[in-house]
Amino acid sequence: MKPTDISAPDYFHKVVDCQWACPAHTPVPEYIRLIAEGRYSDAYMINWKSNVFPGILGRTCDRPCEPACRRGRVEDTPVAICRLKRVAADFKDDIKDRLPKPGPKNGKRIALVGGGPASLSVARDLVPLGYHCTVFDGDPKAGGMMRSQIPKFRLPDSVIDEETDYILNLGVEFKGGQRVDSLKQLMAENYDAIFVGSGAPRGRELDIPGRKEAAANIHIGIEWLSNVSFGHVDKIGRRVIVLGGGNTAMDCCRTARRLGGESVKVIVRSGFEEMKASPWEKEDALHEDIPILNFMVPVAFKHVAGKLIGVTFQKVKAEYDAKGRRNLVPSGEPDETVSCDDVLVAVGQENAFPWIEADCGIEFDKWHMPKVDPKTFVSTNPKVFFGGDAAFGPKNIIWAVAHGHDAALSIHRMLSGEDITERPLPEVHVSSQKMGIHEWSYDNDISADKRFKVPHRDKVIALKDIRAEVELGYDLKLALGEAQRCLNCDVQTVFAAPLCIECDACVDICPMDCITFTENGEEDDVRQRLKAPSPHHDQALYVSGDLKTGRVMVKDEDVCLHCGLCAERCPTGAWDMQKYLIDMVQAGSTCQSKARSAA
Amino acid sequence: MTYIAKPKFHHPGLKKNELGYTHRDYEGKISTLCAGCGHDSITASIIEACYELSIEPHRVAKISGIGCSSKTPDYFLGNSHGFNSVHGRMPSVLTGANLANRDLIYLGVSGDGDSASIGFGQFAHSIRRAVNMTYIVENNGVYGLTKGQFSATADRGSKSKKGVTNTDNAIDLVAIALQLGATFVARSFSGDKTQLVPLIAAAIRHKGASFIDVISPCIAFNNHAGSTKSFDYVREHNDAVNRLDVLVGREPISVDYAPGTVQVVEQHDGSRLALRKLDADYDPHDRLGAQTFLQKHAAKGQIVTGLLYVDPDAEDLHTHLDTVETPLNTMDEQALCPGSAVLDKINASLR
Repeated sequence: MKPTDISAPDYFHKVVDCQWACPAHTPVPEYIRLIAEGRYSDAYMINWKSNVFPGILGRTCDRPCEPACRRGRVEDTPVAICRLKRVAADFKDDIKDRLPKPGPKNGKRIALVGGGPASLSVARDLVPLGYHCTVFDGDPKAGGMMRSQIPKFRLPDSVIDEETDYILNLGVEFKGGQRVDSLKQLMAENYDAIFVGSGAPRGRELDIPGRKEAAANIHIGIEWLSNVSFGHVDKIGRRVIVLGGGNTAMDCCRTARRLGGESVKVIVRSGFEEMKASPWEKEDALHEDIPILNFMVPVAFKHVAGKLIGVTFQKVKAEYDAKGRRNLVPSGEPDETVSCDDVLVAVGQENAFPWIEADCGIEFDKWHMPKVDPKTFVSTNPKVFFGGDAAFGPKNIIWAVAHGHDAALSIHRMLSGEDITERPLPEVHVSSQKMGIHEWSYDNDISADKRFKVPHRDKVIALKDIRAEVELGYDLKLALGEAQRCLNCDVQTVFAAPLCIECDACVDICPMDCITFTENGEEDDVRQRLKAPSPHHDQALYVSGDLKTGRVMVKDEDVCLHCGLCAERCPTGAWDMQKYLIDMVQAGSTCQSKARSAA
Repeated sequence: MTYIAKPKFHHPGLKKNELGYTHRDYEGKISTLCAGCGHDSITASIIEACYELSIEPHRVAKISGIGCSSKTPDYFLGNSHGFNSVHGRMPSVLTGANLANRDLIYLGVSGDGDSASIGFGQFAHSIRRAVNMTYIVENNGVYGLTKGQFSATADRGSKSKKGVTNTDNAIDLVAIALQLGATFVARSFSGDKTQLVPLIAAAIRHKGASFIDVISPCIAFNNHAGSTKSFDYVREHNDAVNRLDVLVGREPISVDYAPGTVQVVEQHDGSRLALRKLDADYDPHDRLGAQTFLQKHAAKGQIVTGLLYVDPDAEDLHTHLDTVETPLNTMDEQALCPGSAVLDKINASLR
């Protein structure tokens, strides 16, 4: 194997698994350390720069960081990264003075369609650079699906107001209650660029017998949630069935429980394990006495005299073909009818672009999705960009934010006369954390604590008030305990081969058997000869240059605790602990000359 | 020095031995020795050997004297019996413990000061009495605790860190052990665990006086140019006569040895030692030959390592004294002290 090039920005970035997994590449360990130090405002600002909505995401994020968290490979559960983000938002001081100031106007005008997380992220990046951003939304207030679809007991309005205001107050022109019905018309207004962040606003239909006849008691999940959110709907029948297994279904069933649904059931086609909903959302639903029935496919709505009386299900089982693909086949059991008063259909969301005329220069693919470049987010019309759910279908808020950053960068480069396919390299800072022989500027004593539970409001009280937030968030004591579970994966083990005397001190002290001194070879062969097995081939091996004895040092990054004991026990300083910070390029980052191709 | 405790987390894929323990279960407290000390590698090797042999930690007594080396029993086998005795007196404390309870595995851990100076006599007598033990000397050639004066094992002509040349002749503990009748004699190097771990395992399985001299560079005071116990010097002058694999149980000897290069030695307890010869002329059953070989190579400045001598049919002190199989510490007072009538009888038999 060749010696590892640790100067490549991606090498150490991948070691910080959480940050690498985050679509917006939030520097997670850095803000968790700041929380441990009690510097909540600083922790908040680091989040705000990367993911724009720390308070909102700290409650609602899909947390791709947590399955990636190294702690989850070392013990049972990852660090509660998401809920620590909320801690930063809950305990920060007034940060308004720390927000960017609108720059001098550069005369360029940007139209943003939809007032959700994607558009707001674009506006946040561009307004400080002097762009005039106009956001259009059919709803009166900004926030998009964050406001209309996420129930208030998960995300209170006050949090949405605060974080959307931070952006709008930068000088964004927000045109609420103005749905864009024609792209052509918008284009006629001569904007320098248009960003489409209109989401995936249409709930998928369930076209089975009885749908029309019983329509009065069958509701499309996201429309119903939106109606609840805006106060148009405030009750539901006593017995409710929710069809679908995603996070929207979980929001629907929990909302129904609060609007008079005494017996609410979630019924899904797939198995419980394969449901799309996040595990913690399923847990929350189960906790509110909502059973989840699986392997049941709805085949008909039962109705009497135009009144819904139940839903009939076919029982199925999962079979896997040679390629491992799952098929749901009838199990042979008799169909089952579950009686109910109302049904909420939450079987998926679709994009809808009836307002984009055929002659706008925007091509669509066979799934009726716009053709969008996945790196630059430009459509086939060079002045029109897409992001968030509007670009690649329903995902999560954090993806919309990441799309927003990239689209903003593209818009800025285009309007600066630069090639948008060239993406500047991120800025990387690496600095030694050594303070003394066995003293580091981070806390390297590994906490053995298990994941701390976030306190919840008492169920009886929570179910009575649809606006009462269920999760109460960590208090400072719990937050500190949870923060200490972070392994500081951004404090990297850096090895200097010329200094090594091959005394084995690092090998002997390493609690995780990460380090091996051995003869070099091909990677597959080297992995066989490590001190401990290396089952995760996606986790890099850090290989040194040749040492005096002709061997090399190989470190499996997989389960390194970043405890720094290798560096503490190294007599020559061949090991050092160095903090790696990567500054992802956003529109307006200063260092934009060094570029790499987007291809 | 490290002040934090070594994290309890371990690699999720660590193998377990027959007892269900990982090698981490054989650790002790975190080392307080200087960073990079060779002794820590010997500690790690003892841990590895005990793990591989699936030794129950409570079946081990680790006994030491005074010095950097004698601190190390605190760093391995945290669940074993331990006794940190007086300077140079490890051998007699160990002998006493062994006589009282022959059922334990005895690890004597000592250093070059502890064994070649103040405890030289103790060392000699425990070997010649054939106490069933594994006697490990962590040999760095200097008094590390008192800032690096030459010890009795420092080679004549080697230089101290300050540049002073040693004018005294060195004591070669391996040569002495051979001469005094040790039935398992080996030398190794803290920087070569692939050699050291099987040697320790074989020594533990050996019934009789096993002696291992482990050259262990003192990073703080004896790892400079001019030292003959530095990492660089030992690596350059290491003449390994053989490589050892310890086979416990009846599993066949693995086939990847070239024919004629392996010599299998069966010990009393059924364990087998597969010796891969590196030096075709070296015979580890020839005590006299070993002594000559050692001295010849020492004269050339070479450090001979490997299993230097083994007597698979060795006997130990208990056999010589014809003691009972039952450990003395489990006998009741009546058995241990049968009264004056029995004493009279014994006295009468000696008249």
